[in-house]
Amino acid sequence: MKAYTSWGRYPKLAAAKVERPRWRDDVLPFTARQSLLAYGNGRSYGDSCLNEGGCLLDTRGLDRFIHFDKTTGVLRAEAGVLLTDILQFCLPDGWFLPVTPGTQYVTLGGAVANDVHGKNHHGAGSFGCHVRAFELLRSDGQRLICSQHDNAALFQATIGGLGLTGVILWVELVLKRVAGTVMEVESQQFSALDGFYELSEQADQRHEYSVAWVDCLARGPALGRGWLFSANHAQTHDIPSPDRAGGWTMPLTPPVSLINRGSLRLFNQLYYRKPRPASQRQHYQPYFYPLDKIRYWNRVYGPKGFLQYQCVVPPGDERSAIAAILARIAVSGTGSFLAVLKRFGNRASPGLLSFPRPGTTLALDFPNQGADSLRLLENLDALVSEVGGAIYPAKDARMSTAMFKASFPRLSDFVTQRDPGMSSSFWRRVMEE
Amino acid sequence: MQKILILGANSAIAQATARRYANEGAQFYLLGRNKERLEMVANDLQVRGAKEVDFHTLDANEVADHASALEAAIQSLGQIDILLIAHGTLPDQVACQASVDETVAALQTNAMSVIAFLTLASQQFEQQGQGSIVAISSVAGDRGRQSNYVYGSAKAAVSIFLQGLRNRLHRHGVQVLTVKPGFVDTPMTAAFDKGPLWVQPEKIAEGIHRAIDKNKDVVYLPRIWWLIMLVICRIPERIFKRLSL
Repeated sequence: MKAYTSWGRYPKLAAAKVERPRWRDDVLPFTARQSLLAYGNGRSYGDSCLNEGGCLLDTRGLDRFIHFDKTTGVLRAEAGVLLTDILQFCLPDGWFLPVTPGTQYVTLGGAVANDVHGKNHHGAGSFGCHVRAFELLRSDGQRLICSQHDNAALFQATIGGLGLTGVILWVELVLKRVAGTVMEVESQQFSALDGFYELSEQADQRHEYSVAWVDCLARGPALGRGWLFSANHAQTHDIPSPDRAGGWTMPLTPPVSLINRGSLRLFNQLYYRKPRPASQRQHYQPYFYPLDKIRYWNRVYGPKGFLQYQCVVPPGDERSAIAAILARIAVSGTGSFLAVLKRFGNRASPGLLSFPRPGTTLALDFPNQGADSLRLLENLDALVSEVGGAIYPAKDARMSTAMFKASFPRLSDFVTQRDPGMSSSFWRRVMEE
Repeated sequence: MQKILILGANSAIAQATARRYANEGAQFYLLGRNKERLEMVANDLQVRGAKEVDFHTLDANEVADHASALEAAIQSLGQIDILLIAHGTLPDQVACQASVDETVAALQTNAMSVIAFLTLASQQFEQQGQGSIVAISSVAGDRGRQSNYVYGSAKAAVSIFLQGLRNRLHRHGVQVLTVKPGFVDTPMTAAFDKGPLWVQPEKIAEGIHRAIDKNKDVVYLPRIWWLIMLVICRIPERIFKRLSL
């Protein structure tokens, strides 16, 4: 009934078996012959949530809340709970996710395993910075409660550990206080990449959240033009009526990608030219989760799916490196409506394989055009590795072993904590196992 | 605020239904076999907004324990606005055919224990003069088929018992709701390949909540099953007996 694919729908790799635990005390089907991998809500883009020929553990049945302290904001919930459910129950009491990625349809376990980040990274760090503890079930049957104090090495390996250290059963998270559902959003246009750096430097000091849309087709003097959207939670309790519930559904997969050179050029022109109020009040849903309004938006790329690309380049070389990457993409004429630029802050995550680090991150998707797409991304990798940058595994389906190893200098520490019973298609690919 | 008693509270349909009422601030008394899991469900409902959740272990097949369990529930809740009976098993038809014990056990769990609990609970509802009695029967109880007639006959017994109970309690202002789900993706049906007619327990929960609100008598969930069963029940027996269903 349910297809276990990743969000990019590329690559398509089938597991030999799918198990669906419903209770924290369920005994998991660990065997020596078949590797296991937890699969949450399938929002990782590439192959890090796939386990070809192995067993997938669909954790969505582990969707119970365990405890919520309304005075301290400490929430303990099973790993299959979705972030959207947390918002639904905690926001009425004035609590918000400390860090949220661009979709609310990820599981709590997945948010930890990928150490996801959001528009507030410059102040709040990544998701793992707000995790107090979790319980890990290892393939030898051990159940370990991990925190900075207990089983600290496993705690650090599991945050951003791509599900390879065991199965996360529950997570304890510290939420943040907010007054309500309203965001005060400022929109600022910039006509070139330098403008992004000027504006975001100021905006990051005054705003908890900031993210930029960038026109990935702009070239020459307009290279890197776009809009910066920065925001704070409003201090008032009044709630503008939330947008019509439901939104749209992409009902089917079109035979070819609807994102092509023509549609992209048209969209980017219109989006860049669109007048926007300098400041406005907005419900948190459209600010944080614009794409969640369209169910199955990933189908827009057609049956071949798409490749998401997210890199980070360190401070120092960041302007020239991002300029070079954007120039390379603009020449290719491909890319997506939603190309995103953001400056990460200095707050370090406990995670050994955590992706966010100081510097500038760029994320965008590319329709899968086979060898051409892969070649383009290899070219981009070269520009990233030249300055000592990194690629985000949660979004990757093709990076080389060398690129992976260069991206994660603490990989050897991670390997000692890995659970030999767990594996993924991603892991076998980048480790050449 | 609704006061709700659930028998078989760890079942997938019961949990999904309870969550909807927890959102509304209901008070619960949960009965089920596994204490640790009852506690997990209770905590979940509590965080989701339940006013209060109490639970106790009960093996529905231990009919002698029903009276004290019901009494404790009434003690805790005061009165029962909604009783949901949701426990059950899906017996292996082939194994039942080869074993009297298996067949009797299946009937015991899916029919006798339900009828026994309803017998006691109906006295309480008659006395209260209000409330809703809700039990999960099945479309399988509408017509006997070779692939699962042991389960089907247990559910048929439950459906007919509920029908009589409804007739009896109607004048006392009590709703008796027979829920007939089709194919539901739960641990009970884990072994089946799932086709397009299968639905998630949340969908059934939504239908149960609506049927209680609308004071319905019998509800097929999803509603397409009303049509499917209408057709299936109209097939003449001399043709039906030749089909492999």
